[in-house]
Amino acid sequence: MTKENREVIFQVRNLKTWFPIKKGMMKKTVGYVKAVDDVSLDIYRGETLGIVGESGCGKSTLGKTIMMLERPTSGEVHYLNQGEYKDITKFTGKELLAFRKEVQMVFQDPYSALNPLKKIYEAFEEPLKVHGVTDKKEREKIMYRVLELVNIQPDYLLRYPHEFSGGQRQRLCIARALEVNPQVLICDEPVSALDVSIQAQVLNLMKKIQRQMNLTYLFIAHDLSVVKYMSDRIVVMYLGKVVEVADSKELYKNPMHPYTRALLSAIPVPDIHYKKNRQVLEGEVPSPINKPSGCAFHNRCPHCMGICKEADPALQDDGKGHFVACHLYKEGKADE
Amino acid sequence: MDNKDIILDVKKLNTSFVSDKKETKIIKDVSFQMKRGKTLAIVGESGCGKSVTVHSIVKLMPRNARVKAEKVQYNALKDGVVTEYSLDKMEAYGKEMRKLRGPEIGMVFQDPMSSLNPVYRVGDQVAEGLIEHEHISKAEAKKRVLDMFKKLGIPDPEQRINDYPHQFSGGMKQRVVIAIAMISNPELLIADEPTTALDVTIQAQIMELMKKLQVEDGKTIILITHNMGLVAEMADEVCVMYMGRVVEFGTLEDIFEHTSHPYTRALLRSVPVLDMEEGEELETIPGITPNPADLKEGCEFADRCSECMERCRKGTIPAYEVSPGHRVRCLKYDKFPEVD
Repeated sequence: MTKENREVIFQVRNLKTWFPIKKGMMKKTVGYVKAVDDVSLDIYRGETLGIVGESGCGKSTLGKTIMMLERPTSGEVHYLNQGEYKDITKFTGKELLAFRKEVQMVFQDPYSALNPLKKIYEAFEEPLKVHGVTDKKEREKIMYRVLELVNIQPDYLLRYPHEFSGGQRQRLCIARALEVNPQVLICDEPVSALDVSIQAQVLNLMKKIQRQMNLTYLFIAHDLSVVKYMSDRIVVMYLGKVVEVADSKELYKNPMHPYTRALLSAIPVPDIHYKKNRQVLEGEVPSPINKPSGCAFHNRCPHCMGICKEADPALQDDGKGHFVACHLYKEGKADE
Repeated sequence: MDNKDIILDVKKLNTSFVSDKKETKIIKDVSFQMKRGKTLAIVGESGCGKSVTVHSIVKLMPRNARVKAEKVQYNALKDGVVTEYSLDKMEAYGKEMRKLRGPEIGMVFQDPMSSLNPVYRVGDQVAEGLIEHEHISKAEAKKRVLDMFKKLGIPDPEQRINDYPHQFSGGMKQRVVIAIAMISNPELLIADEPTTALDVTIQAQIMELMKKLQVEDGKTIILITHNMGLVAEMADEVCVMYMGRVVEFGTLEDIFEHTSHPYTRALLRSVPVLDMEEGEELETIPGITPNPADLKEGCEFADRCSECMERCRKGTIPAYEVSPGHRVRCLKYDKFPEVD
């Protein structure tokens, strides 16, 4: 699909998810954890949008907010359904249920995502019941179909979760999310709990399923090499903000934001001849409760200037779909 | 090589666990020699026995473990004089062993969140080993702890030593854990997945720190990890383990340039790297890691190996030395001399 005729399936506009910090007997709100702070982005149909960042940068909260598992503090999320965009942040009850049929989630830890007391059959039956598949035969047909997609034998339905390995469990979780025939799959660190040799199996399987079902993935992970392998476009987050958005090839070839550069250079490369030009970041990610003024990255940034401490840079386009939020890049000149 | 160059000599280490009156072999005939002042990386997937190997060496094992070894010898070098300690003959929690843990062998555990005691101040936790081993006063110990914190780059050490672990971030906690291991100035530092729980930028900081300790102070490091990228960056020698056996052992170059064992090759190819071609698929290792309790005869990797032959499933596969110091446990190399 070319860039021009791609259809935007999600429009996220100025999304904020703040968690209040309550103190004292009266539970007075004394501050906010700004987990997602003014995020705007588009997700195209059929693409894999990767979201990377360190722990605590708000990438999981963003995923959950798009799924409406977490209500946003402000902002809008428009979802394209039958030709019109609807603001899902206003959805309740039946509308929300219908929306969840379109958008499903795969969670990080396959060990806690399956109820240990229920057989896989029951775990797989429930979402179908919730979404109104009343005929038992029909339900079983769907279950067999999704299990085939993830290469798990149908007779495993009568087993309990503990009888499966981590990789199998994650495949089961993916299969369960696919039962209701969703358009979008939000994957929150789907392979980080798995062993390296199993990761590759799950990643390849996810790619295959995406091609077969024309799914849109929102792929959240902290491992940049995994995200690069999976994604068409990548969003880099730092302290609740989007700092850079670009096509995945472009991002790795030409990272613009100093944070993205540091993040990329921190990845250990399994090649003994690789000459690395490592840039070790000083200090740590500040707390999202008292964020630094101006650009949130300024106190760790090697290129920090006066303006960085005062003004928060806006996300700007270099004209080719590469967005960066950094004062180093003034409008019109995209090079240093 | 004599005992001056070899700091740790492990020969035929076997560990098994007993549960429900059944004995399950977890470590099988692990042998290696560790050169002084170098970094050895032990790699493998979870459950391959890399942690159990080092825990068996320093004898930090639960009661249901049975450790047997032909030889586990630690050679301490002080002022040009070598003192040999046979760890395999020592009592696990006896006086001799306790004297070695700390001043000679330091250990950094995997999870910094759970290896610190939440109800003691971090400064006291770091000083504990020092007071125990060197019988110095608290004030003196505090000074040494301060120096160590400064060396490890912990900001405001004067205030931070009075903080509790929950006031530290993950990366800082890991520095405290490293401080505990380093405070008695051990020659051998064992780091068990020191950065697995940390973010990449913090991982880079910690690795840089450990490399500095090794290069500047001439420490010997055993690094346990599953990340081949870290291995390439840190190690001088690599020991690849699978299901309790050393399947390949060699220098960094042997492992990365002359990769011999099918498992090592699969391990290297199954991780996505940044410079992969577009549309290139990851290679997968079929199947799952077998359960150590019901392993069959022959090569442990046989069921998942693409080059498996009939005879791979019989007996115990010996190791072959394909070039000096480069040992591979695979029948593909049976024209090379057999080593144990």
